[in-house]
Amino acid sequence: MLLDVRFNFELMMEWAPFILEGLGIVLLISMISAFIGIIIGFLCAFLKKIPIIGAFVSGYIDLFRGTPVFFQLYFIRYGLPALFGLQLDIFTCALLVFGLNSGAYLAEIIRAGIEGVNKGQIEAAKALGVSQSNIIKDIILPQAVRKVLPAIVNEFITLTKETSVVSVLGINDMMKRYSFVVAKTYSPIEPLVVIGIAYYTLNKLLSFIGKRIERRMKYD
Amino acid sequence: MIKVENLYKNYGNDVKVLKGIDFMFEQGKTYAIIGSSGGGKSTFIRCLNMLEYPSKGKIIFKGQEITDGKTNLNKVREKMGMVFQNFNLFEHMNVQKNITYALKKVKNMDEHNAVIKASSLLQMVGLKHREFAYPHQLSGGEKQRVAIARALAMEPEVLLCDEPTSALDPEMTIEVLKVLKDLAHTGLTMIIVTHEMNFAREVADYIIYMDQGQIAECSKPEDFFTNAKTERAKKFIANML
Repeated sequence: MLLDVRFNFELMMEWAPFILEGLGIVLLISMISAFIGIIIGFLCAFLKKIPIIGAFVSGYIDLFRGTPVFFQLYFIRYGLPALFGLQLDIFTCALLVFGLNSGAYLAEIIRAGIEGVNKGQIEAAKALGVSQSNIIKDIILPQAVRKVLPAIVNEFITLTKETSVVSVLGINDMMKRYSFVVAKTYSPIEPLVVIGIAYYTLNKLLSFIGKRIERRMKYD
Repeated sequence: MIKVENLYKNYGNDVKVLKGIDFMFEQGKTYAIIGSSGGGKSTFIRCLNMLEYPSKGKIIFKGQEITDGKTNLNKVREKMGMVFQNFNLFEHMNVQKNITYALKKVKNMDEHNAVIKASSLLQMVGLKHREFAYPHQLSGGEKQRVAIARALAMEPEVLLCDEPTSALDPEMTIEVLKVLKDLAHTGLTMIIVTHEMNFAREVADYIIYMDQGQIAECSKPEDFFTNAKTERAKKFIANML
């Protein structure tokens, strides 16, 4: 059978609801992973400075930045049971991988932000008798976050798009549904357009929210 | 007030910045620390509130040794205000918040009283109208006056000034020096590292001349500027005036 190259709008509309049902899982995985990632990112940004713990943190960051997400997913899903007898369900695997992955990138981003805060202000706060924890909370973090907010939003956008790999584990996200639709209709283009629009809209929304927050945090 | 005993500061093994300083700062007096660059002036003043940890020696503040490693430095620093060369205002806070922040966090003052206090201090340094400006909107002189107000808000017993006018142009230097001059002899002990010889001569009770990591000489300004004891000090004065 020949591939029908004309765009079939009705076909697209027919399958759109089915594919878009996968958007929920994309959102869920992205949001939970982003949450895990941001916590890991902040912790690691600080832990990296501590002697022995710092070496482990650097190793973790290096590992997750140096390998593809695809590898990480397969490794956690099939490598852990083989090596340690630890079998995790696919959803936990996905959250673990994307949480750790974005955590590794965010740690570097946040560390750069922290180091970018003028040391003089930290000294001034010290000289006023402000405690170390208050210096971190009130002087360093607000300025660091403000500086790297665009990079953090960028990382979230990348994360959302990368979650499309989870279909390899059999999670029923949009990509998985796409394969199903293609197998059923032999039309690769129409369902693909649905996915493109869905991801594009989602990330447009994300960057819009990011810009709003950025503007609210503006002080210069 | 502050007693310094046998103070040394090295960076690594090779760089010896302070080489044995013994000194006694008396309460309510104003000291101007002068000397050529690299003589250890800034390091010395930064050791007094332990922003730099001395390599050896003791600093005793109001009878309490603060170099023992057990002292709560935050409590000590509360009583020692500091003004920096580069102002170091908190960039993300407006002028008022810069001043009220430590009042609220360190002195546990409530918002209402902190704001009143900030506003009276801003009045004093002539910046009442800049209360809600952000640091990047201020001139250098204004920034430094805010920094002085911020330090004074804590009601310190000592005010350490590390080259407060070195980053300012002459016009702004005048407005900052005027504020500092008004503070001298009000009961506040002031220790000022400066290159402004006329200011030092006019305002200080004592001139401390530092050279090569030591206090080479400490005299009253009239003696120092007309009849310095050491050759190096004489040379320094001749170059400066």
